[in-house]
Amino acid sequence: MANSYLKSESKKLATWYFTVAATLFGAQLLFGLVAAAQYVIPGFLFEILDFSVARMLHINALVVWMVFAMFGSVYWLLPDETGIETVGINLGKLLFWIFTAAVTVVVLVYIFIQVGAADETSIWFIHEGREYIEAPRWADLGITVVALGFVANLFMTGMKGNRSGIVTVLMADMIAFAGLYLTGMFYTDNITVDQFWWWWVIHLWVEATWEVFVGAIAAYGLITMIGAHRKVVEMWLWIEVTMLFGSGILGMGHHYFWIGTPEYWWEIGALFSALEPLPLVAMFIHVLYDWGKMQGEEDAKGQEISVITNKPAFTWFVLNAFGNFLGAGIWGFFHTLPQVNLYTHGTQFTSAHGHLAFFGAYATILVGMMYIAVQGKNGIKVLNNTKSTIWATSMIVGGVVGMTVALTIAGYSDVIISRAQMGATWAGYFDAQATTWLVQGMVWRLLMGVVTFVGFIFLAKDLLTIGKSANHVR
Amino acid sequence: MAKKSVWSDNRFWQRTAAWITGFASVLLIWLTFDTSAQISMGTDADIQSGVTKRVPGPTVINYKIAYEFNKKRQHEIPVIGGMNAEGTSAFQEKEKFFGRDDWSEAEASEMLRLGKLGSQSKNCMNCHTLLGNGAYYAPDLTKAWLDPAWGPTGSMQAMTGKSTKEEAMAEFLQHPSQYPTHSRMMPNLGITAEEAKGLVAFLKHMSSIDTNGFPRNFGKIQGAVNGK
Repeated sequence: MANSYLKSESKKLATWYFTVAATLFGAQLLFGLVAAAQYVIPGFLFEILDFSVARMLHINALVVWMVFAMFGSVYWLLPDETGIETVGINLGKLLFWIFTAAVTVVVLVYIFIQVGAADETSIWFIHEGREYIEAPRWADLGITVVALGFVANLFMTGMKGNRSGIVTVLMADMIAFAGLYLTGMFYTDNITVDQFWWWWVIHLWVEATWEVFVGAIAAYGLITMIGAHRKVVEMWLWIEVTMLFGSGILGMGHHYFWIGTPEYWWEIGALFSALEPLPLVAMFIHVLYDWGKMQGEEDAKGQEISVITNKPAFTWFVLNAFGNFLGAGIWGFFHTLPQVNLYTHGTQFTSAHGHLAFFGAYATILVGMMYIAVQGKNGIKVLNNTKSTIWATSMIVGGVVGMTVALTIAGYSDVIISRAQMGATWAGYFDAQATTWLVQGMVWRLLMGVVTFVGFIFLAKDLLTIGKSANHVR
Repeated sequence: MAKKSVWSDNRFWQRTAAWITGFASVLLIWLTFDTSAQISMGTDADIQSGVTKRVPGPTVINYKIAYEFNKKRQHEIPVIGGMNAEGTSAFQEKEKFFGRDDWSEAEASEMLRLGKLGSQSKNCMNCHTLLGNGAYYAPDLTKAWLDPAWGPTGSMQAMTGKSTKEEAMAEFLQHPSQYPTHSRMMPNLGITAEEAKGLVAFLKHMSSIDTNGFPRNFGKIQGAVNGK
């Protein structure tokens, strides 16, 4: 990796993290395609790479690439925010290699061993069989060590250098992020207790700490890419933290409607999770408002020049503002009230929400950070779009939106036939699976998945070559 | 000159964020204590003395389990060992499970443990949903034990040629890809006879968990719509 323009070791490390993240993003899409194909052609790779294995790889690669890209983003912005080189950077590099090696071993075990006997050895060395956090326990311990090392670097750097509002938020957020992982590591015979704590990791990650992380990254992006005023951006950030944690922490109640937990979670979950879209609206307005304001100031000077210094990254940041609001906010709100969720819980509807929310809220902004890193690495003042940027962005966004629409339509027949009318039995389930909406929905989802994957190939090509293009301001 | 407003002060918002986050966290932790007490697993003594727990003890496998509408709560609840005058569990009516209805607490716990470990190591959750959580490639298992398909007149029991529900389920789990269930078949996961027994105990136990009426109308409607 030639980092000719990068003086900061922290930024070099960030590019390593982004490289692995982008690779795992590709793996996520590839195994997603296998799983999507199995809905359409049920015999595809049967008893070779079954749906359960493909899907485990699909969602684990998703979580892990995002964590890699999040670590990369923090290592990237730390020198800019604190004004100093990241403290403990050699530890950071060592942990990067440990993390990458561990992920490789885990993936190989998933693919080649797949299942084990019903004992603790399988939980320790193969996988834990718990959606999103399937990693076996040895890897859990490894991930904890890596995460703590990362948090230590962040804290040491934040305390030694200039501790900006963004860094303060990240410090508080990342320690919660790492600490919460511990709640998902133990084994219990009680499935209700199991899922209760499982949600502490999943929900408090994706609907609280990760969202705050996105707020902090968006703040950094607005300052670096359009020159937004730090005072304004950081005030918004604190308001967003207030709203995100204020709604998201107790919004966890919407996962406690039906798993054996008491009925009072209906009211708590309904109220607080119904508030969850509010901060996403705020973030959306914030990004567009600041953009308009900065461009307006420029226009008032009689200049016809865009204030954006990184077109591809800023596009992804704006897509994040839309996608977070639509995917997490609207698609989440659709089925968050218990009277609706009684029927939608555990259907293709959930899947539709999952796809647009993870993409809109996280994939978008993290891809944006990758473009920021490409810009820095190549010493470019204004990074413009290439043809590949436009193909990549359009195909990935079009593909994911297409998948979401297909899954939403499939979800309607799943909810109405299987749940509302047939009472969720075995027969009801397969009746719903056989409906035209669901069958065709799955075909469209596969096609849109292919579109997304082709878009990813353009994205990978663009990230690797855009720096060499001649149409930038250097 | 007017004084600078507190509403545009970063320190004010930083403190607000800290207070709101702290308050929400404390409330969540407090509720977690309350919920944890309510969802801890019951014991055989609870069942013997007629105490209904949201998650009953493992010896619930010795009893008949049904899912009935409860007038007071206005949704279905698990009814264990027959119904009493209040419409809740009477813990009287037994039901043989693999030929016995006197599984001790130790034996039942052992089976449940094997089943729960099996549910994780065989990765059930990445095709099925458990308590509605998981993947949507195969039917929900929350109340699978009570599914008419596995009952005495059900197609799944008939297909395996077994005379009881638990034996039919255990047989299917050991050789899933031998049975032509659906174009989307379950793969062979190397489940042993013992593991299959444990998994069926796990499923029976899960069906006794009080899920606040989820799934709605489970097993009550047959052939209500032509789903094609």
